[in-house]
Amino acid sequence: MNVGEKVVEIIAREQHLDPSKVSIDSTFEELGIDSLDGVNIVFALEEEFKIDIPDAVAQNMKSVRQVVDSLTRVLEGKDISDLAAMAKGSSPVANN
Amino acid sequence: MRRVVITGLGVFSSIGKNQGSFFENLLHGRSGVRPITQIDSSPLSVRIAAEISDYNPEDYFPAKRLDLLDRFAQFALIAAGEAMQSSGIEVRDEERFRFGVVMGSGMGGAGSYDAGYHNLYAKNVTRLHPFTIPRIMHNAATSHICMEYGAQGPALATATACSSSGHAIAEAYHLIKFGLADLALAGGADAPITYGVMRCWEAVRVLASGNGNPATACRPFSADRKGMVIGEGAGVLLLEELEHARKRGATIYGELAGCGMSSDASHITQPSVDGPVRAIRMALEEAGVAPEEIDYVNAHGTGTRLNDATETQVLKEVFGEHARKLAISSTKSMHGHAMGATGAIEFVATVLAVARGVVPPTANYTERDPECDLDYVPNQPREMRVRAAISNSFAFGGLNAVLLVRRWE
Repeated sequence: MNVGEKVVEIIAREQHLDPSKVSIDSTFEELGIDSLDGVNIVFALEEEFKIDIPDAVAQNMKSVRQVVDSLTRVLEGKDISDLAAMAKGSSPVANN
Repeated sequence: MRRVVITGLGVFSSIGKNQGSFFENLLHGRSGVRPITQIDSSPLSVRIAAEISDYNPEDYFPAKRLDLLDRFAQFALIAAGEAMQSSGIEVRDEERFRFGVVMGSGMGGAGSYDAGYHNLYAKNVTRLHPFTIPRIMHNAATSHICMEYGAQGPALATATACSSSGHAIAEAYHLIKFGLADLALAGGADAPITYGVMRCWEAVRVLASGNGNPATACRPFSADRKGMVIGEGAGVLLLEELEHARKRGATIYGELAGCGMSSDASHITQPSVDGPVRAIRMALEEAGVAPEEIDYVNAHGTGTRLNDATETQVLKEVFGEHARKLAISSTKSMHGHAMGATGAIEFVATVLAVARGVVPPTANYTERDPECDLDYVPNQPREMRVRAAISNSFAFGGLNAVLLVRRWE
């Protein structure tokens, strides 16, 4: 199973969705994933892949493809500071 | 002056998952205290509780929703559902800002705390589940009820230990009485049967062990009482301004005619006589009810040596000679001490006693204690006309709440 398939599986599991309804091209909005759900998915990915995803990157994920791309780079040990920089100033996870 | 009536009741407890079975079991003196099953209780010295058995959260909630609900919030939503259903109310859109919610909880999401900290300290996991905060917060029950029923008026949570839901109901009563809302769901929920919380309570040394015979472990007011038994569950009532209820032709269970609140300001765990006396007098005064008109007292009655003797003194001081004519019972003998839910569960019992004209007994009463020499309705229910009744909650921390319900003719 590649990273993309694994991500789809985890998102479907955490959102209690039929995996066939989740694809690499799905946006979070289409899947009804709100900011709190997003944090939950990031947590599940961190657990699954035994990695740390920085807050700034986590907060900027808005689609399955974005998740897969970020994750692939983290797994390959690449520098992701540009992702974090891009996400600067993005809205916090929740209001409080 | 605006009057407040009770038009919906919901209860979820170890002796009944709705008001009908709950009250039926109360009248039969059936105890919900049994060996703990939701956690491994083998290391504990007290391995019994009034636990809600045969409970399958999936029967009540979809999986996605359940992820965000600690056990206490689940109980709250279930009891609120029954309160709404029994009231037959359909809340109109324009009323939503006048619809309040006040829920009490002593421990909040104790199970979610426990699970998170177990991961943190015992398993050395450094990352906790992101839903931990929304699950543990004390106001989760209030917020979920608001979302479920579109209640957008004043909404808050109370955390006054064993008085939490007494205070919640009192606050909701005042919201309606003083014109800040026309209807409100009020009550409390707690799910404190976790390894950590049970250990905390063991340390206070107020729990009845009774592992060998759980059903008779809690014996309020009886000379051989050995302490309290932890319980869990929820109770929720729909309170409505009288004219609002009349206009929609609601069935009225009783009038919430007065609420008394006071603080002992004396000791963090030992109850005083003075504080509870003032709370009862305040409720009587607000209701305009004479002490002689009270026929039934649903006692705080935890089953500890100190509480029951002190509460007896309190009743003698407030009611004088009339204290001997009061029917007094502690239903904690059956549903246990459900912490922040207990005041609401007991108030549901009180309201039903007034509405149906039958008073639930104090179960497991075996022997008269010279320090507790009033009529505790031992072991058998009593059919009697109840003009008015009070339900007492006297919390650790010395914070007291007394609710007075008057029979609705």
